Amino acid sequence: MLTSFLGACFIISRLYIADIDEKGNNMKIKRNKFKKEIPFHLMLLPGVILTFIFSYVPMAGMKIAFEKFIPAKGLFGDQKWIGFDNFTYLFNMPGAMAALKNTVIIAAWKIVLGLIVPIVVALLLNEVRSSKFRRTVQTAIYLPYFLSWVIFAGVLLDILSPSSGIVGQIIRFFGGKSPFFLGSNKYFKSTLILTDVWKGFGFGTIVYLAAITGIDMNLYEAATMDGAGRLQKMWHITLPGIRMIVILMTVLSLGNVLNAGFDQVQNLISPQVYESGDILDTFIYRIGMIDAQFGPATAMGVLKSVVSCVFISVSYYVSYRFFDYRIF
Amino acid sequence: MQIMQKRSKIHTSIGSKIFNVCNIIILTLLALICILPIVNVLAMSLSSNTAVTSGKVLFWPVEFTIESYKYVAKRQAFWQAMGTTLLRCVMGVTLNVFLCVITAYPLSKSNLRFRSRTVYTWSFFLTMLINGGLIPSFMTVKSLGLLGSIWALILPGAVPVFSVVLMLNFFRAVPPELEEAAIVDGAGQWQILMKIYIPISKASMATICLFALVYHWNSWFDGIIYMNKPSQYPLQSYLNTIIIESQSVTSGALDWQQMALVSERTVKCAQIFLSTLPIILAYPFLQRYFVKGMVMGSVKG
Repeated sequence: MLTSFLGACFIISRLYIADIDEKGNNMKIKRNKFKKEIPFHLMLLPGVILTFIFSYVPMAGMKIAFEKFIPAKGLFGDQKWIGFDNFTYLFNMPGAMAALKNTVIIAAWKIVLGLIVPIVVALLLNEVRSSKFRRTVQTAIYLPYFLSWVIFAGVLLDILSPSSGIVGQIIRFFGGKSPFFLGSNKYFKSTLILTDVWKGFGFGTIVYLAAITGIDMNLYEAATMDGAGRLQKMWHITLPGIRMIVILMTVLSLGNVLNAGFDQVQNLISPQVYESGDILDTFIYRIGMIDAQFGPATAMGVLKSVVSCVFISVSYYVSYRFFDYRIF
Repeated sequence: MQIMQKRSKIHTSIGSKIFNVCNIIILTLLALICILPIVNVLAMSLSSNTAVTSGKVLFWPVEFTIESYKYVAKRQAFWQAMGTTLLRCVMGVTLNVFLCVITAYPLSKSNLRFRSRTVYTWSFFLTMLINGGLIPSFMTVKSLGLLGSIWALILPGAVPVFSVVLMLNFFRAVPPELEEAAIVDGAGQWQILMKIYIPISKASMATICLFALVYHWNSWFDGIIYMNKPSQYPLQSYLNTIIIESQSVTSGALDWQQMALVSERTVKCAQIFLSTLPIILAYPFLQRYFVKGMVMGSVKG
């Protein structure tokens, strides 16, 4: 842990030395320049310290995955190193592979629908003539995003309840038989995916609506002159106009391939649907915090972090390289 | 724009009209789907237990009563949790915004003005790539002796990198002439930040303020793992225990008459609605600034 911090300090100091060495005669000016930069370093200090403690120390703490970890001895106490034993133990654990499979399936569906639905809704919203109606719809569809998953899950548990829920009542009204959405392995995954889209689709339209406003109005006018209908204009102007942002969002969303949404699943899952709905994060939480098996839980966490890191890095690199997208 | 609309009006065909109608119907349905669940919860919280159990309540209260709210008003655990959340929001948002501003300001300078900028940005960027994970984070907080303290809810998320990026981009859009003039007048960097940058970026400060507020209001998991006992839980963690684990059936304090009016279900609905209320009240601001922030954050590239 300390070494990485020292390493950072070393890099910083090297930057200055290199600067000064190159143009040795300018040392005074350089020192003056450094003086001018001191306030910047001071401003960054609190943020760097907090980030170091709460992000970099846990990164170093991933070593727990390779230890026979005894919490009482502390994070950096004298723990016994056992190599990959935790990983072997993990792979023999019932449910671990199912959790991985569920995670990928749920996350993939969420990524795909989380891209398509907002784009379609944004296109539909763009076709609305009355701006009053459009604004009202926007106000309504953004709302679920701001509710916490605890609240939203509370609402879902109520309206999806097979006996007294409003959805069940509607299904029965039309003569159907209400399924137990949250209690049967058959429906649980689709319920997770659809409710996630439900909560987030409205908010997802923002980016695309913003991109649509950037399209040159003259294009539409020209198309109208050429006799293009509305669907044709949508297909040949609006969609290509937001093509770049759509691809960019697709690439960036790849980083979520192992994020099936802990907040949602943890709030909706129950033991009878572990088979279809248990994901990596809920699995880690259960074996780590509830059963206090710190080693295997961290091992799972390390696997998740490493794979996610690769995906996120690639997606950022691709967006940077091809779309000139940069975060800082 | 207007000319275009006029022109297309002339061309309005039957197909176009049908499309318009379908479009409006679809969008209305989508809007209703997003609003009605909350309306349903509100209606149930204001209805009598008998009406709720017999499934008569849809979007309008049946046998109107505010007994559930009276019951919640007496439930100390709810208000204690509310107090914890309010404290957390005030402290957390203040710290978030402060750290965000002083972190974003130096990073918004060019590499020429601030030579170690790249090192700093990479050190923040790395935290977006790799995540220590649940157990190491928990052990870190535990080693610091923060378990059971409100700081455990505030410090780990104190530097929100996304908000820093947002703020940094707002700062970059400030015309550099302002700063140059201030430097000529002998102002230091702190003065420039406090007297020039902060006053002209009030709107962006409001945005990150709301980001932080929604984050702190809605967080529930950190409360569950970092607090020692349920009485220390913030509101959302408390709601998680009562909604999801749904223990604590209404205690024996109810007499016969009340039983007809109040049940765990209506009380639950009342609590859900009460904890959503602040979000709904802040909604006009949320919509205005949050949306602006999202647009700034995502389509700048």
